[in-house]
Amino acid sequence: MAASKSGPRRTHPGRALAFVAVVVVALYGTMFATGHTTPRLGIDLAGGTSVTLTAKPIAGTSGKITPDSMNEEVKIIRQRVNSLGVNESEVAKQGSNNIVVSVPGKHDQRTLDLVGQTALLYFRPVLAATNPGPLVKPGNTPTPGASGKPTPSASAPAKPNAAATPSASAKPSGQPRPLTQDLTNQPATAATPAAAATPPPGASAPPGAGSLGDIPQDVQDKFTSLDCTSAAARAGGDNADPGKPTVACAQDGTAKYLLAPAAVKGTDVPTASAQLETAAQGVVTGQWKVVLNLNAKGTKDFSAITAQLAKNQSPQNQFAIVLDGLVVSAPQVSQQINSSSAEITGNFTQQSAQDLAGVLKNGALPLALTKSDSQQVTATLGGDQLHGGLVAGAIGLGLVVVYALIYYGGLGFVAIFSLVIAALLTYAIAVLLGPVMGFTLNLAGVAGLIVSIGITADSFVVFFERLRDEVRDGRTLRAAVEHGWVRARRTVLVADFVSFLAAAVLYFVSVGTVKGFAFTLGLTTLIDVAVVFLFTKPLITLLAGTRFFGGGHRFSGLDPKRLGARAKTTPIARRRSGVPAPANSAKEA
Amino acid sequence: MSRAGNFGARLYRGDVSYDFVGRRWLWYGISIAVIVISLISLGARGLHLSIDFKGGAVYSVKAPGASVAQATDALSGVPGVVDPIVQKVGDQTLRIEIGDVASQGSKSDEIKKALGQKLHVAPDNIGAQVVGPSWGNEISQKALLGLLIFLGLVVLYLSIAFEWKMALAAMVALVHDLVITVGVYSLVGFEVSPATVIGVLTILGYSLYDTVVVYDKVKENTRNLAGGARMTYSQAANLAVNQTLIRSINTSLIALLPIAALLFVGAGLLHAGVLKDLALALFIGIAAGTYSSIFIATPLAATLKEREPAMKALARRVAARQQAEGRKKAAPVEPSGQDLDEGQAEPAAVRAGAGAANGAGGSASAGRAQSARPRPKSRNRPSGKKRR
Repeated sequence: MAASKSGPRRTHPGRALAFVAVVVVALYGTMFATGHTTPRLGIDLAGGTSVTLTAKPIAGTSGKITPDSMNEEVKIIRQRVNSLGVNESEVAKQGSNNIVVSVPGKHDQRTLDLVGQTALLYFRPVLAATNPGPLVKPGNTPTPGASGKPTPSASAPAKPNAAATPSASAKPSGQPRPLTQDLTNQPATAATPAAAATPPPGASAPPGAGSLGDIPQDVQDKFTSLDCTSAAARAGGDNADPGKPTVACAQDGTAKYLLAPAAVKGTDVPTASAQLETAAQGVVTGQWKVVLNLNAKGTKDFSAITAQLAKNQSPQNQFAIVLDGLVVSAPQVSQQINSSSAEITGNFTQQSAQDLAGVLKNGALPLALTKSDSQQVTATLGGDQLHGGLVAGAIGLGLVVVYALIYYGGLGFVAIFSLVIAALLTYAIAVLLGPVMGFTLNLAGVAGLIVSIGITADSFVVFFERLRDEVRDGRTLRAAVEHGWVRARRTVLVADFVSFLAAAVLYFVSVGTVKGFAFTLGLTTLIDVAVVFLFTKPLITLLAGTRFFGGGHRFSGLDPKRLGARAKTTPIARRRSGVPAPANSAKEA
Repeated sequence: MSRAGNFGARLYRGDVSYDFVGRRWLWYGISIAVIVISLISLGARGLHLSIDFKGGAVYSVKAPGASVAQATDALSGVPGVVDPIVQKVGDQTLRIEIGDVASQGSKSDEIKKALGQKLHVAPDNIGAQVVGPSWGNEISQKALLGLLIFLGLVVLYLSIAFEWKMALAAMVALVHDLVITVGVYSLVGFEVSPATVIGVLTILGYSLYDTVVVYDKVKENTRNLAGGARMTYSQAANLAVNQTLIRSINTSLIALLPIAALLFVGAGLLHAGVLKDLALALFIGIAAGTYSSIFIATPLAATLKEREPAMKALARRVAARQQAEGRKKAAPVEPSGQDLDEGQAEPAAVRAGAGAANGAGGSASAGRAQSARPRPKSRNRPSGKKRR
């Protein structure tokens, strides 16, 4: 095997080392340029609240956990969590039936209570609708809404089949208006439902009398004072008694509603879908609509309520689609709808139509969310754990460094530099992955990084032991490096592949924070391969040319005498002839 | 260091050889005994599960000067709290474990308020972890699934990279590690949490890594074995284990050092939690994994391989050759070509091949660590070259 080589193979260690240097500089440059210099820390290191919600269909319904229904749940919870106003809170699906909610910084019970409730869907007739800000009585000087946000306009739609949209695209006007004025004017948030095969809608009837007077005083007061422009008011999670009137904000904060008791339950609307509108002759108009289907009970209820609403004038001819205590849409009704399918039309885009259909579908089969695992980590505990992790890392690194130097001598320095490079790369990637894929480093992740110190060092051991074996055989160091590398790199690749496989399986199998462990383990295995190939080997190749290493200095770790290398031998041919071998002839590479 | 280096050299050349493969029945016996003890302990004592598996709540209060009695007192006032376990962790923190706390917000709130009042700590400064009862199930199911997937992938991969007999032996070694680790947890009563489970699964990856390092060398040594008559598969495998002994010990030591640091900090500074659970599982498991790679996986693979007809024939040829050499010892002769044949091939395999073939009675008796092999022929070599 050795006899076939005619000379050392030309490798380019300098190039590989330069490449590594460039990569490191590039990564750190990006870090400083974008301002992200520390990795995102998870709840258990920064303090905060984290809840894992497990979804289950509500008993007695035929709900199933599907990716769609889970996505809807995630949206609902995100709405709730965003209302807390905390940056970097995160709501994410985990696995097929879990949702993980992390809110750094806050660790109070309210957060936990907020996220766990089941979101229910109701259709409630609208009694009054107004600007989102707190209202003033007529005669007082109008003041702007609490946070100065724009309010919906009161312009009447141009045609009876108004093409006005649900709350999402209301236009601002800038002034709050007194309560009584609103009850007679038409708000912009209106859309006209039309049943599938009915004649064009007729004129609206005068407003019904008496409904306003039945509202309890506290509800009326709430209607006056509620400020829907603040995020806290739009947190949702407030499933008021469906049998009583209530006040609700529009989901996007552009209007405030006073609502009658629920007329139709969301569970009686089994399906809904977003479809393209077609005009009478079958021509596609390019507008979107939402078609909903009702079951028997739903059809009955809906028929009754639309009969009543159709007689009223706006806003009392609207019914609000209320999800999780927030009004998602408030279409107008212009006639009684008897059939089991109804359409909602308006200025829907494809996205908004699909959003509304999703809401209706989810409301049909709400999932019960149970809090499977919740953690509230105080900031001090988080700090302690971070401190502990760093200390463990420092100690671990120190121990490995000491051992490497003692056992491997000068080679130990190569191992140390390689570890340093690996650490630099890992840190930079951990920092940059935060903004890129939302990677947060938690305690388990830190543990993974520390364990990987050992695994990375192991790759060096494999290579160095191989080197030493080659030197024991009597090769010169240069030859030993090239020859030994061919063998060692296969072992390193195989072993790292096994580690990576294990980390990948772990990642998919772990639940909760320990996923971080699997992730960092896998990441560091990849970095290990890169470092061994692009840094350690080229460095050793370069060092083999120096006298300290190449000549086998006592402390270099490659001293043939210390390694017990056999005295240099001679080729077979000479022995056969019986000529004694000169004591120290150089063996060919 | 030179002694260690020399030792490594002698292992490498086969001058020193511990008979791992030859004494396999001893190792099997030890392992079976340990496994039986583990299984008995699992059956009798079971595992001490953390609240992640049982469901319940854990509160931690950093209140220097607070006492266990005070906390217990505070909790007795909260209805529905039965048998809280209160411990002092470190000198500043109290850890309160309550089973069966429904994850309803109000109950947990009450508990925190009661604790806060009595211990003069704001409820917001009390850390809490509340786990529902079915969470643990989810973790266990996924862990089991992961285990099965991993074992399947391992067998597949090893069968391709090496061969299925070696894959089977490696699998047995992995299962062995698993049972022993779980047994230790059961015997000593360490707490099992999801971090422990992940640590145990990581061990499997690590043990496999270790086994692959040895298998790589075995493959190298046994590559062209069947055609010759130098040594049996078992001898070659044993040589491989010896040659990688230093490497195995080193890699295990180096891997254990950071884990020891984690354990020290996790158990010492932080007293509980993810770091300690992971580190403990890894520590025990890596020790078990190293043991099994050397003492179980390779000998078992050798046992399986030796049943092959090609290997059996090889064993016969090697035995025959040893008999022939034994006869030749009696008569002093010129060195035959066979010595020189051995001169230039794989140095490691050769040295040990010569050593093993020389040991009377084949592999089983090479258990004596020999530092100087009797080589009567060398005295007759005209070149006067010393052969160690």
